[in-house]
Amino acid sequence: MLTMIGKRLMFAIPSLIGVVIVTFLLTRALPGDPAAYFAGPAATKEAVEQIRKKLGLDKPLIEQFFRYTNDLAHGDFGNSLTTGQPVAAEIRNRLPASAELTLLGLIVSIVIAIPLGVLAATRPGSWIDHLCRITTTAGVSLPVFFTGLVLVYVFYFRLGWSPAPLGRLDVFYSAPPTVTGFYLIDTLIARDVETFRSALSQLILPATTLAIFSLAPIARMTRASMLAVLASEFVRTARASGLSPSTVIVTYAFRNAMLPVITTLSMVFSFLLGANVLVEKVFAWPGIGSYAVEALISSDFAPVQGFVLTMAVMYVLLNLVIDILYGVIDPRVRLEG
Amino acid sequence: MKRRDFLKSVSGLAAGAALPAMPQVVSSAKADARSETLLIVSEGGPNNLDIHGVGTNVPGYEVSWNCYDRLISHEMKSGPGGVPYYDRDKFKGELADDMKIDDMSVTFKLKKNAKFHDGAPVTAKDVKWSLDRAVSVGGFPTFQMSAGSLTKAEQFVVIDDSTVRVDFAKKDRLTIPDLAVIVPCVVNSELVKKNASEKDPWGLEFTKQQTAGSGAYKVTKWTAGTEVVMERNEDWVGGPLPKIKRVIWRMVPQAGNRRALLERGDADISYELPFKDFQEMKANGKLNVVSLPFSNGIQYIGMNVTKPPFDNPKVRQAMAYALPYQKIMDAVLFGLGNPMFGAAKDKATEVAWPQPHKYNTDMEKAKALLAEAGYANGFETTISFDLNFAGVNEPLCVLVQESLAQLGIKTTINKVPGANWRTELNKKEMPLFTNVFSGWLDYPEYFFYWCYHGNNSVFNTMSYKSAEMDKLIDGARTAAATGDKAAYDADVKGFVDLAYADVPRIPLYQPFVNVAMQKNISGYQYWFHRRLDYRAMAKG
Repeated sequence: MLTMIGKRLMFAIPSLIGVVIVTFLLTRALPGDPAAYFAGPAATKEAVEQIRKKLGLDKPLIEQFFRYTNDLAHGDFGNSLTTGQPVAAEIRNRLPASAELTLLGLIVSIVIAIPLGVLAATRPGSWIDHLCRITTTAGVSLPVFFTGLVLVYVFYFRLGWSPAPLGRLDVFYSAPPTVTGFYLIDTLIARDVETFRSALSQLILPATTLAIFSLAPIARMTRASMLAVLASEFVRTARASGLSPSTVIVTYAFRNAMLPVITTLSMVFSFLLGANVLVEKVFAWPGIGSYAVEALISSDFAPVQGFVLTMAVMYVLLNLVIDILYGVIDPRVRLEG
Repeated sequence: MKRRDFLKSVSGLAAGAALPAMPQVVSSAKADARSETLLIVSEGGPNNLDIHGVGTNVPGYEVSWNCYDRLISHEMKSGPGGVPYYDRDKFKGELADDMKIDDMSVTFKLKKNAKFHDGAPVTAKDVKWSLDRAVSVGGFPTFQMSAGSLTKAEQFVVIDDSTVRVDFAKKDRLTIPDLAVIVPCVVNSELVKKNASEKDPWGLEFTKQQTAGSGAYKVTKWTAGTEVVMERNEDWVGGPLPKIKRVIWRMVPQAGNRRALLERGDADISYELPFKDFQEMKANGKLNVVSLPFSNGIQYIGMNVTKPPFDNPKVRQAMAYALPYQKIMDAVLFGLGNPMFGAAKDKATEVAWPQPHKYNTDMEKAKALLAEAGYANGFETTISFDLNFAGVNEPLCVLVQESLAQLGIKTTINKVPGANWRTELNKKEMPLFTNVFSGWLDYPEYFFYWCYHGNNSVFNTMSYKSAEMDKLIDGARTAAATGDKAAYDADVKGFVDLAYADVPRIPLYQPFVNVAMQKNISGYQYWFHRRLDYRAMAKG
């Protein structure tokens, strides 16, 4: 097990080096001149040059690159020019917000999609199968920002059930002391039920938006993989042996059908992090997605590089976790690994 | 039971009678907090709390304005629609008790009991250090100071603990007004020096993160890109104690959500909404919508006069006759702007800026002029705009494109990302473009000096050069400094006339700054910087 993890991590190193080089070059290739942007609307040519010097952008590209990697090695991601803060600190503060939202969205999605997929597979052609097809198709065809806006319009503006889309907490609550960075957990640690409720109610709409979007792949994949497994011989044998339908479906079929679903989950999680960008915009969510987009718009190199790098590291870790999960679910994978 | 639950239970009942005073009845403590708190929602937030910092953005100016004091500030007068509007010509002391103007200097006496947020007294040394800082740090603050001929640290002299003298480098009418803009703010020099380093002698890194002033508010919490929280400074002496105790400023990127927050009564005030939203909110009357013209600001179509076809004045005049002015006013601005076109034929030129030109949409005349210039069959060109302001610029350019097509001019629209726009302007290669210029200092010669003078500043986006124009602009500047009114008037009229005869740029309209707020919010003031001044505002 440990050797497997070590091996996987070794494989990740070249890809991370590649990511560092590519993001560095890509951000440099962006149109726009950060010096001109940050010199302000009223800047003279000299003022722009002064700023360029201050930002170290007058140095040759290769020197800038070595400086950048040297800083990276010391854990320094540089400073964001738009927000004026160190990138590492900002990502550390914002990542939990995105992660909490994405994870909750994913959990909601799993809770709905997997039973839906299983039910649809056991009764193909029935009304539940059609329901599954319709909800998933509708969910995936609506762009996330649109779903988000509709939800805000209906549940906040029209009905007033949901709190104002103003980020993670109502303005008059203060954030719990940071332990994990997840407000739902931190408020419970602090035994602050009131703030927990506020944090949860702020999360419902954006998490639902993400869940609606990610229902489709999970439900469809569960259905397809269940259908395949249910048609296989060992299920027929189990049924013929007189096992109860629930034992057959849950213990025998479902566990075997899980492998492709897990793979899909990892993919869904990664593209949810991407879809997050728009959801964060709609709900004024202080996550890393909106941070990266703003940085991109203002040609702010450091946060974009920091964001891509963080994402790359997360993907590597995510893949590792998925590989380990495979082993837990399917012993054969463990043996081969 | 908390706000949220309460909201749920009353939302049905309150739907009809819901005035802004809606859901805050929960606990009296919370209600108090709410009635003394101003909740602002806007698209962007500050990137730096100090206007002297590198690349501080416009929202950052708002923080500086409210958290720092200047020596002097402007009085208010009644503006369009009765809204208080800053008075360009009248000054009042903020940190200064008294201002004495001599021939080549001005002397300020500081208020005796002025204190910084940390309790240290405001002394003449702090004032000098702050002004030195503004002229030395480079970039925008230094540039803005130089606009009032304030360029050297030697110009600021400490007489005694509470007296400061500013020496004039030369006679310049803009020196005093330039001391009342946002940049020459007074910083707590001892505190900042303690936190400065060799690499950063002016302590910019320190003031980026916290306010170190004597202003009416101080920043108590700032999460970049998310929110700024400011508390009132109870010991403020710059003016009457503000009514608002706490300001919470949240960034809400979605314009639709900002409007929803306003209409639901959850936010108190917002700006940066689409014109259509302002128009609709104005019409349904649930909120107060204030629309005021930018002082000394114009949205225009510019043409690069160094290259054909726009090097030909006939072509430029043809363009001025071909623009769909009224359509732009109606379909793009929804009427929220002052027209800068179609003045009456016999109207005399005024000594004022901005003022409308006499061109109107007249395709026949445009065609004739184009034919005279040898472009009877039109030509091909590209019109560029800044995507940061796509809400206005994009429909505007589409309308221009349509209109020019009638003359056989084929126009391609080039959308320039915001980050790139200034670089593009600096290159001065775009043949045709739309842009806004607005000067903090509201003087015609100031506008013309930046936009039409042959020294070719960034804002002379047309690369326009004319010896006659330069003579008139320089003449007006000298005349203003020496107080020669007759010469000044003649020169101002002269350069306005010339600018409209040569038309290197075609003014379209004077844009409006639009602010929407709850009915119980009062005290909004228009300032040259167009940001909010919390000090005069009140709630309830």
